[in-house]
Amino acid sequence: MGAQLRVYKRRIQAVTATKKITKAMEMIAASRIVKAQRKVTASMPYATELTRAVTAVATGSNTRHPLTTEAESPVRAAVLLLTSDRGLAGGYSSNAIKAAEKLRERLAAEGKEVDTYIVGRKGVAYYGFRERKVVESWTGFTDSPEYADAKKIAAPLIESIQKDTAEGGVDELHIVFTEFVSMMTQNAVDGRMLPLSIDEVAKESTEKDEILPLFDFEPSAEDVLDALLPRYVESRIYNALLQAAASEHAARRRAMKSATDNAGDLIKSLSRLANAARQAEITQEISEIVGGAGALADASAGSDK
Amino acid sequence: MAAELHVELVAADRSVWSGEATLVVARTTSGDIGVMPGHQPLLGVLESGPVTIRTSEGGTVVAAVHGGFISFADDKLSLLAEIAELADEIDVERAERAFERAKSDTDSAAERRADVRLRAVAVH
Repeated sequence: MGAQLRVYKRRIQAVTATKKITKAMEMIAASRIVKAQRKVTASMPYATELTRAVTAVATGSNTRHPLTTEAESPVRAAVLLLTSDRGLAGGYSSNAIKAAEKLRERLAAEGKEVDTYIVGRKGVAYYGFRERKVVESWTGFTDSPEYADAKKIAAPLIESIQKDTAEGGVDELHIVFTEFVSMMTQNAVDGRMLPLSIDEVAKESTEKDEILPLFDFEPSAEDVLDALLPRYVESRIYNALLQAAASEHAARRRAMKSATDNAGDLIKSLSRLANAARQAEITQEISEIVGGAGALADASAGSDK
Repeated sequence: MAAELHVELVAADRSVWSGEATLVVARTTSGDIGVMPGHQPLLGVLESGPVTIRTSEGGTVVAAVHGGFISFADDKLSLLAEIAELADEIDVERAERAFERAKSDTDSAAERRADVRLRAVAVH
């Protein structure tokens, strides 16, 4: 086999192996999206009921709770950024990071300090490389987050929002995650979790102008709100984690699908080149044989004469 | 037909039980509370404890609920809990083991969780 042909054959082999891997990753991601989506759906009843309850307390009572009232001059805001642990998911993590940067700029323009909290190894690496300060980070569960993970994340956030800003607490809580719209569309979005803007919550929960009844609070509106809001934050974070996981799988599936397609194209063009090389080799061999035979014939014809 | 109320028992990651009931007894931070159809709208904080649901078919559903909320309005009752398990789902041996372990470790939170599970099974 000629040298040229051998080089092509080897490259085809390498690309075929890569294609097999990306194809497998694509199929794994595809099956995980369904699972992740099912988890999002399963968490919905809890989230909607909780939102309803929060709206009911917030609108149905005149309680002024630190978690529902905006500080007059907010000085610090916490941003929770959800990225992935693993790469090979196209622009998934970098889109979320970009959205967080934008939010950070906006908050800085409003004169607020920003405390960053990060989920996922990719975000941690990005901030680590730039030597930016990260208050706390969590890794290892972005594939399939559990409620306990959301609780773990929520705890320091709630603690810092309850602290006075003078002692290092924050006034606002923002979250940046990738919203799962459909298999093909995922958007990096940012949202404010606390302080609650009642209008927004009300809009989410009561789509058809449902009038909320006057609740009887047990033991009291303040206590209920005290207990509700941390749960609300946890459930928001849990929902964001689940959506982010579904988005991550969808992004990975898409990235791996185009990688597989590209590998297919590459194999095709490489086989064309390999075929051409083989043809050229054969042609050369034939012409060598013909040339050699011709030379022999000429030589023997000459000696005969 | 007697009046009924619709019950949704949901945990953070799944819907545990839903159906029609005539009476629901749950433990709030200020004591046990029984809710029957036509109750005043209510929103309360739950203690961890067993929740008893008397279904309209006459059966009884017991669940161990660890913290959460009860909200009732328009004959619709929702029980929200971070963790909720039906008595049928609880592995008694495991709960007993957890109870013993928690006792020896003096982990009061875990001890209470295990205790609630066992009590839910006992009521059942």
